[in-house]
Amino acid sequence: MIIEKSAVAGTLESSDAQVTVEPAENGIELEISSSVMNQYGRQIKATVLETLDRLDVKNGRVTVVDKGALDCTLKARVECAVFRSCGQSDKNLPWGGAVK
Amino acid sequence: MKNAVGRDIPEFLLKDGREVYQGKNYMDGKYLQKAAPRTRRYEKPQESKIVDSIVDALKQVGAKSGMTFSFHHHLRNGDFVVNMVMQAAIEEMGLDNITIAATSLGEAHDPVAQYIEDGKVVGIQTSGIRGKIGEVVSAGKLKTPAIIRSHGGRPRAIEAGEVHIDIAVVAAPTSDCVGNCRGIGGKSNCGSLGYAMTDAKYADHVIVVTDCLVDFPNMPASVEAIDVDAVVVVDSIGNPKKIASAAARISQNPRDLMMAENVAKVIASTPYFKEGFSFQTGVGGPSLAANLFLEKYMDERGIKMGWAIGGICGPMVEMLKKGKVGKVIDVQDFDLDAVNSINQTPGHYEMSASQYANPANKGAFVNKLDFVVLAALEIDTGFNVNVLTGSDGVLRGAPGGHPDTAAGSKCCIIVTPLVRGRMATVCKNVVTVTTPGDCVDVLVTDYGIAVNPLRPDLIKCLDDAGLPHVTIESLQEKAYSLVGTPDDLEWEDKVVAVLEARDGTILDVVRKIKPLKL
Repeated sequence: MIIEKSAVAGTLESSDAQVTVEPAENGIELEISSSVMNQYGRQIKATVLETLDRLDVKNGRVTVVDKGALDCTLKARVECAVFRSCGQSDKNLPWGGAVK
Repeated sequence: MKNAVGRDIPEFLLKDGREVYQGKNYMDGKYLQKAAPRTRRYEKPQESKIVDSIVDALKQVGAKSGMTFSFHHHLRNGDFVVNMVMQAAIEEMGLDNITIAATSLGEAHDPVAQYIEDGKVVGIQTSGIRGKIGEVVSAGKLKTPAIIRSHGGRPRAIEAGEVHIDIAVVAAPTSDCVGNCRGIGGKSNCGSLGYAMTDAKYADHVIVVTDCLVDFPNMPASVEAIDVDAVVVVDSIGNPKKIASAAARISQNPRDLMMAENVAKVIASTPYFKEGFSFQTGVGGPSLAANLFLEKYMDERGIKMGWAIGGICGPMVEMLKKGKVGKVIDVQDFDLDAVNSINQTPGHYEMSASQYANPANKGAFVNKLDFVVLAALEIDTGFNVNVLTGSDGVLRGAPGGHPDTAAGSKCCIIVTPLVRGRMATVCKNVVTVTTPGDCVDVLVTDYGIAVNPLRPDLIKCLDDAGLPHVTIESLQEKAYSLVGTPDDLEWEDKVVAVLEARDGTILDVVRKIKPLKL
C-alpha cells in the first residue's frame, strides 16, 4: 500500500496507541514514544515494522505515541492509519486479507 | 554482595557494620543502644513560645547549613509546611547542605526538586518518594543516595541514632501557645499525628507550625509541649481538600469486587479467622472492598474483629460504630470520617509509628496482626513485592507500612490485578524488592490465587475450603502471554537510592536508569 495522505488512528488513552502516518519518499521513518519504553520499546518497534511490512508499505513517516497498548491494539492502529491514508477505509476493508 | 533476596548490594554501602538483608527476624534478640537528643533547657517559665515567623523559629533553634530537618506526612498531598520551611531555610537564611528526613514526600513537595538540582538539599530520607523529587533523584541529581525506609524502619533508625534529627518540624492542625499539638479541632485537620511522635522525642529541636492556635492546654496532646522549642502561627498549613478526601468510596469495579471477595474467602479459610481476630487493610480499590465481604463472613460465623490498625478510613470507622470491631488504633487517617472519629468514637485511638511498626522495640502492633491485605506494583515468582519503582525504573511509590505489616502478620495477602495496561504485575523479577518474599503468604489476582510454598499450612486451608489455587509461576506465564515478555531494564552504575529493610540491613538499591534508544 502507498501512503497517499496523512492519517491518524487511535487515542492517547491508557492502553491505547495513537499512530500517525504521513507520505514520505525514502523508506520508513519511524518515531516511537511510549509509557512503557524501557520494557517494551523494542517489541513495539518490531510489531509496527512487521505490520507495515505485511501491508506492503515501503515508504512513509510513522509516528507512534504509545500508552501501554497490547500488540493486538498496536497492529490494529497501524493498519487503520494506513487504510485511512490511502482511501482503503471508505469501502472494501480487507479484513483478514492483507492483514494476517 | 548478594543478599537473601538475591540482590547485589555494592560493597561501598557496607561500611560501619552495615549488613545486607539476611532474612526475616535476623536481628531478633540483639541489643540496641538508643541515641539521645541534645536538647535546650527552658527552665525560666515562658508565658508563650510563639515567635513571629518560621525564620525566627529557625534562628532561635540555631539552624545551620548541614543540618537534618524532619517532617511528617499527615497532611499528605495538601501539605504546605515542608515547602514553607525549606524556603525559609534556603532562600531567606541562605542555608545549604540540608538533609530532609521525612516520613513521606509527594507531589505537594515538587518545589524541593529545585533545591536538589541546586545542590542545596543533599540528602533525602523518606518512605514515599513521588513526583518531581522522585524524578530528580532517579536522574542522579541528589548528592548522596536517597535512603528509603518503611514506617517501622524509620523510628528504628531514629532511635538507633542512624538518623540524627537536628530540627523536627511538626505540622499541627491545632496547637496551644507552648506547643501541645493535636490533629483535630482546627481548619486543616488530619486526625492522627502518629508519625510525628518519635521525631519530636528524638530531635534536638522541635518547631511547631500551626494555622489554628487554641487555648492552653490543648489536650490530649499528640506532640507534647515538653518537647517543643517554638510555635509559629501561619495562615494555612495545608489544603484541607487534599489532606483528607470526603470519604474513601468502596470500588464498584466488578474486577476489584471479585478479587476482594476472594481475599475474604482466603481469610475465612484460615484458623486465624476467629472471634477477636486482628486486621489491617490498605485503601486501594480491592483492599478496601475486602472489608465489605469480610463483614459478610463475620456475620455468618457470628464473630467480631478484635482490633484493626493502620492508615484508617471511613469503612473501618463504620464497623467500629456498628460494634463489629472492638478497637481501632491508627497512625494516620485517610478520610474525613476517620479524622472526625479518632479520639472521639469510643475505642478509636492514636498510636506512634514506633508503636505501630518498629521491629527493634519490644513488640509493635504489627507483631500481633493476624491478617494484612496489601496492594503491589509488582510481585515476582519469589513473592518479592515492589511498591517503590515504576516499570521505567523511576522512584514513584512508598514502602510505607507494607514491609512491616507483611513481616509481622500471620497471613499477608497481596491483592492485585494480573496486568495493568501493558505491565505484568506478576513478573519474573521485580524492579526493586521493597517487601521480601519470605514475608508474603498469599497472592490474589483476577486470574487466580497463589500461595507461597513456604506456607504449606495455608495451602491446606485453601484446599480444605475448596478454594482453587495455582502456582505463582503459572500466573506469571499467563501475564506474559497477554502483554509479551518485558525486556530487562538497563541501568548505569550510579546508585540513586538505597532501600533499607525494616531491620536496618540493605534490601536493595535503585540505580540510575539508562534510557532506551531505539
